[in-house]
Amino acid sequence: MTTRRPHFRHPDLPKNDLGFTRRNYEGADSTLCAGCGHDSISNAIIQACYELSIEPHKVVKLSGIGCSSKSPAYFLGKSHGFNSVHGRMPSIATGSNMGNKDLLYIGVSGDGDTASIGMGQFVHVTRRNLNMTYIVMNNGCYGLTKGQESATADKGSSSRKGRPTPFESIDLCELAVQLGSGFVARGFSGDKEQLVPLLKAAITHKGFAMLDVISPCVTFNNTSTSTKSYQWVRDHMEATATVDFIPPRKEITTHYKKGTSQSITMHDGGEIHLFKSDDSIDITRRRSAIDALEYHREKGRILTGILYINEDLQDTHEILETTDKPMNTLTEKDLCPGNRTLQQIIERYR
Amino acid sequence: MKKINSVNDFVIRFANVNGSGSASANNLFAKAIFRLGIPVSPKNIFPSNIQGLPTWYEVRVNGDGYLGRRGGYDVMVAVNGQSLKIDYENLLTGGYFLYDSTRPLPDDFRRNDITVIGIPLTRICNQEISNPRLRQLLKNILYVGALSHLLDMDFSVLTDAIKKQFIKKPALAEPNIQALELGFDYASRHFPDSCQISVKPGNTLTNHILMDGNTATGLGAVYGGATVAGWYPITPSTSVIEAFDKFTSQYRLDDSGRKKAAIIQAEDELAALGIAIGASWNGARAFTATSGPGVSLMNEFLGLAYFAEIPVVIINVQRTGPSTGMPTRTQQADTLLCAYASHGDTKHLLLFPCDPKECFEMTADSFDLADQLQTPVIIMSDLDLGMNDHVCLPMTWDDNRQYQRGKVLDKEKLESLTGKWGRYLDIDGDGICYRTYPGTHPEKGAYFTRGSSHDEFAAYTEDKDAYQRCMERLKKKWETAKDFIPKPHIKISDRANEYGAVFFGTSTHAAYEAMDRLKKMDLILNTMLIRAFPFQDEVLDFINRHEKIFIIEQNRDSQMRTLIMNECSIGPDKLHAVTNVDGLPMTARDIFHSIWDTLNPSPETQTGQGEIK
Repeated sequence: MTTRRPHFRHPDLPKNDLGFTRRNYEGADSTLCAGCGHDSISNAIIQACYELSIEPHKVVKLSGIGCSSKSPAYFLGKSHGFNSVHGRMPSIATGSNMGNKDLLYIGVSGDGDTASIGMGQFVHVTRRNLNMTYIVMNNGCYGLTKGQESATADKGSSSRKGRPTPFESIDLCELAVQLGSGFVARGFSGDKEQLVPLLKAAITHKGFAMLDVISPCVTFNNTSTSTKSYQWVRDHMEATATVDFIPPRKEITTHYKKGTSQSITMHDGGEIHLFKSDDSIDITRRRSAIDALEYHREKGRILTGILYINEDLQDTHEILETTDKPMNTLTEKDLCPGNRTLQQIIERYR
Repeated sequence: MKKINSVNDFVIRFANVNGSGSASANNLFAKAIFRLGIPVSPKNIFPSNIQGLPTWYEVRVNGDGYLGRRGGYDVMVAVNGQSLKIDYENLLTGGYFLYDSTRPLPDDFRRNDITVIGIPLTRICNQEISNPRLRQLLKNILYVGALSHLLDMDFSVLTDAIKKQFIKKPALAEPNIQALELGFDYASRHFPDSCQISVKPGNTLTNHILMDGNTATGLGAVYGGATVAGWYPITPSTSVIEAFDKFTSQYRLDDSGRKKAAIIQAEDELAALGIAIGASWNGARAFTATSGPGVSLMNEFLGLAYFAEIPVVIINVQRTGPSTGMPTRTQQADTLLCAYASHGDTKHLLLFPCDPKECFEMTADSFDLADQLQTPVIIMSDLDLGMNDHVCLPMTWDDNRQYQRGKVLDKEKLESLTGKWGRYLDIDGDGICYRTYPGTHPEKGAYFTRGSSHDEFAAYTEDKDAYQRCMERLKKKWETAKDFIPKPHIKISDRANEYGAVFFGTSTHAAYEAMDRLKKMDLILNTMLIRAFPFQDEVLDFINRHEKIFIIEQNRDSQMRTLIMNECSIGPDKLHAVTNVDGLPMTARDIFHSIWDTLNPSPETQTGQGEIK
């Protein structure tokens, strides 16, 4: 499907702190199916980056292989992108990040790309706490190869192929909490009001930010028997809290009732305010997060929102104690010990 | 009985139990020979095991400078009960068998063609060394002391070596020197004239050093400007990264003590190469080090780096395959795998170092090559080179040398561009295009890197002409690469020669020695030492000018021969395979026999009997 998007823009489009409009954050036209959840997520990413006043060219977009992995072409057209190989985006992200710690890394993956072939790399990039935003566009099926089973499809759920999934499903959020990820959240492509603040919080979080976004596949997995269909998700969604993202230096203009809200300070001084629907969930404690996920799974509900957050962890660069200047800016002067040192070293081998 | 009699020309083998501390005593011996100015070639023959199995250390001493493995051993120091029998049986006639006579030899050890030298190592240690914990370690030092007498070695070289080794802990030098003296005393009292092999100080070595290939490789990566390494442990490449880690911890710290390098032990080899590719894509020089099994896993990413044209360096320290093979034995059996890694039409740059100096130089150069040609470069080392000490000339660095980053457009260059820039647009006609790093410019230079088919502007395309243009341009780039990579070393002794020998990497020493032996029999071959792939015209010319070519390599299926036939379009008839398949470094003797027997077939030589010394 191709659409000719008009280049006309309203002259009074609002501008962010950089003087950019939303247009500066757009990418190419999507070639995904009409109504695809991934396009909504792409739009939410555009919105989040625009609202955060991020410099577009300072973002690196990474993806694996799959319908979801095509989406980086549809946002941030001024950013470099790397559509790599199936399941191996985390290693590319790790290496790129090591090469230049000062850029913003957004990785987009799918449920096949992450929960099957990519399961190993997902686990280890989470463990290392790489500073990146990792988005799973989760539709519970393999779209690009036409509808095979995915490891995140719920047991008993049926896609268009009709056969209920016989195997246990992987809950990527619960796994991420167990692996020590400092930011774990779940969204829904059909709820932009929830998704945009989640994205802003994920992008701002320093360290690994995992965002699982249920993103119905209109072609292969939007049936009435599928637990990843628009209808099902809308009917079974719960949220840990309503999230309000406050960037640093912005005045807090809304006030909420005491006792039902919690605020988290981000490393850049901004804040996340959470207005909880359920007081029993404490998203700053791992046990509470996992218990909440299990509790809702028993009830047949999908828990969304920020599931766990910890702003006090060291990211990979801090753990490795790497130098402040990005590696890709270092030259011979910084890197080469010189001939005199070389002769001193080889003295040991005489 | 005729005893083996030589000056500075023998092979001594030590048989130890691995994990018993024998390595330091054996290294001491080899280092002493080296410091006496005599070329020495020590080789570890160790098991794939942590503790408790037989391990051998074979040292060839050769005043003429022949450093390849000779085959057979003249002196055996047998300190491992498990292998005692075979160590005894395989000693050459006229040789010397040194053993721990605290326990007598079994009755069926009855050879009358060797000299048996029993030294009661355990008994002496128990009597003379008060600290029980030191006894096992010093037992080995004791036999080094005994050898010093038997071989007429200058004792002071050994004591100097001990003092230098323990310069920071002089108290430890004392018991070591005592052990040396105990061994020397016992041997000189009981075996005053038993051994007719001797070591005399030599002057063959000038400025040489004794170093292992993996250390040199790691050092080369530091000097070559690598800042990111992704890796996964595997024998025999782990010590490349350990060396890189050690040297960067010393020489790559900023003023606050933070490191100008990131080394990540990945979860597997796929991730290891992915990390290197991601870093390199982002403009940081990066590499990984692995062995054959790792390269198999890395095939997919190699194809991506080839097609998307991303620089990256892979060090392959080859070992015996196939599959898990023999993790602690050497081989040159990954030539075809590496030349053509990944599905589809792919070809990769290969470099073949033959000693630690080349390990250093080629590794450092590989980062320039990878950046300039925007493609993977694979260093084809092997276990023999990587994990053994080799005598070589020292490396030097030109302090004026600048890193060649290749065609990269920075902000200024992007602004001054006229016309539309395309990541895969061949402006210069050499097949190499211009790349940009992420974050360079707010408006210009961004593009999508992908392993799927792309046009000149990096857009996904299924257009048949665009795809074909891209593939043809990659072929053109391959031709351009020939001007960048090292040329073969060709030695023409006689233009009229019909025969030539071709070899590469660790076969080199043994090959040159075999050529000298053949020359003594009036058989002269011209030689070509291959140092890189793709093959330049010189390779084809050399083969064309000879009637018969002997291709010497350490694998079963003569892969280099196959590669030459394929790449140079040469028929098989004139190319004769000289192969070694046992996992040990190839010997000059085997090469000599193989070539001699092919050219002079006769009943005796065909069965390969008789010793040629």
